[in-house]
Amino acid sequence: MRSSDLYTRKFHVSEFLAEKLIAATAFLSFAVIILIFVFVFREALPIFSSSEPATHDEAVQEEVETYGEEALGEASQLRAAEEKERRAGSIEHVEGNASLRNLLSTDWQPVSGEPKFGLLPLIVGSLKVSLIAILLAAPLAILAALYTSTFAPKRVKEILKPAIEILAGFPSVVIGFFALIVLATFVQDLFGTMYRLNAFVGGVALSLAVIPIVYTIAEDAIAAVPKSMTEASLALGATSWQTALFVTLPAATPGIFAAVLLGVGRAFGETMIVLMATGNAALMTFNVTDPVRTMSATIGAEMAEVVFGDTHYNVLFLIGSILFIFTFTLNAVAEFYIRRRLLRKFRGG
Amino acid sequence: MKTFLALFLFVAAAVPESQTLTIKGSDTMVILVQQWAERYMAVHKETTIQVTGGGSGTGISALINGTTDICASSRPMKPAEAQKLRQKYGRGPVEIKVAKDGIAIYVNEKNPVSELTIEQIRLIYTGKVTNWKQVGGSDAKIILYSRENNSGTYAYFKEEVLANADFAPQTQSLPGTAGVVNSIARDVNGIGYGGSAYGKGIRELKVKRDAASSAVAPTVKNILAGTYPITRFLYFYTKSRPDGAVKGFIDYALSPEGQKTVSEVGYFPLR
Repeated sequence: MRSSDLYTRKFHVSEFLAEKLIAATAFLSFAVIILIFVFVFREALPIFSSSEPATHDEAVQEEVETYGEEALGEASQLRAAEEKERRAGSIEHVEGNASLRNLLSTDWQPVSGEPKFGLLPLIVGSLKVSLIAILLAAPLAILAALYTSTFAPKRVKEILKPAIEILAGFPSVVIGFFALIVLATFVQDLFGTMYRLNAFVGGVALSLAVIPIVYTIAEDAIAAVPKSMTEASLALGATSWQTALFVTLPAATPGIFAAVLLGVGRAFGETMIVLMATGNAALMTFNVTDPVRTMSATIGAEMAEVVFGDTHYNVLFLIGSILFIFTFTLNAVAEFYIRRRLLRKFRGG
Repeated sequence: MKTFLALFLFVAAAVPESQTLTIKGSDTMVILVQQWAERYMAVHKETTIQVTGGGSGTGISALINGTTDICASSRPMKPAEAQKLRQKYGRGPVEIKVAKDGIAIYVNEKNPVSELTIEQIRLIYTGKVTNWKQVGGSDAKIILYSRENNSGTYAYFKEEVLANADFAPQTQSLPGTAGVVNSIARDVNGIGYGGSAYGKGIRELKVKRDAASSAVAPTVKNILAGTYPITRFLYFYTKSRPDGAVKGFIDYALSPEGQKTVSEVGYFPLR
């Protein structure tokens, strides 16, 4: 009796510790997200705080000390002298002024004598590619989800479902490379587009990454439709197709909508695929066969070499903040509003 | 306790025997620097050299923040960066030219154009010349390919060839020279630039300094002789005049043996 008491108490201690440890991990991930949030916004902040352009004391541009110049051959020496002359005469590095007017312009030329940080082409680019991706991915994914959860024989479902979900684990670099080498040529031959890499190719490649996400969540939503509803429909004499299209699908609409929103969020934030497949030209057009530069690709491409702490750096973080807010809002809407409505609908029904 | 302390001091005194040197920066130069490091370490067993990429900008900011001993950069340090370094340490960066790199202009192998002047390249990339017909090719729109604006190659091309003018907005930028080469191999009307590459399906153009001079191909011989007009230096930067292990390594890189490695890796020696 006593020994069993001791045993249960001991058990409780370890359980208590394990519980706290797991709770701590959960809160840690929450804290990390908050910290990232704070960091991204803090780095973007200087744009708004300094109203006047940061001026560098360019007058004190001293000559840079060199070492080991004696290793240069004759041709190299000549070249070095040329280079020095060119550097002295060239326009100095300009920090640029990220005024609201500059940010709302239509030119993205961050490395320039007069840097232009127009975000509009990037925002249009992101929207354009995401829209193409979701228009292609959503119908396919939803119909596939409907098929596997209502029509497919068990054996087929057991193969199809994991197969589509494995697509989610595909490295995006691989999809991007596939788009760059194979898909772009295929699309160009098919439609005779002037640019090999364009918003459409990017959108098609991106849809490969979006399909599994939309599929998985839509499948859950369809599977969650109460059996009583579908059975009632079938009992009333509806065919299985009629039941699927007019009963199951409408009942699962909120969940499917959430799936599509999460898909848009994924498309919006995806970097590697668009970086490789869209051509990355910051054009402000609505033509789907023009190359396009997205916000995420811009950050991915430019962050590594930017002068840390200057305006370009801050603008990249501003873009990051915009992306963050956008995907956060989408996820929040999908998670809280629609999920709750879904629940209420079923409880009420 | 005392013996522990003595032992600790003894170990601490023994430590300087092995030194760790960090080199961070340009992705273009990673393979070259890694080769140098391996060969240097094979002879100097007491030195450990850690080489990481990340980009020239990353390397320079690491130098400013004091987290790297040497910064490898494929572009010269910008005055703003040099100034930051000076503000922090009270003395300027030391620039060491360690190798040369030629920048080739590529077109698709089916493109009839075989040579361009620097002026023509500038007009093409700034969007003033948009049809191959205008530079002696067939009647087709020129499709511009470029590197991303984070690359040292981009910065160099913009300064040296475009005379600091902006790239035309329709210029497509791709991550890495491989991306540019692959795209041009599949795009008959494409033009691009990057390090000398011998990819399938592309051809390197001969470049003329101006209309009067002769066209020069980006061959090893021409780049070494300095007749090919678009060449650049690759750099090391340090906070102060190199000494100790840093000096040892840099001197090795600049030595005839180190410069031999440069050509083996595919770049061009200084001499």
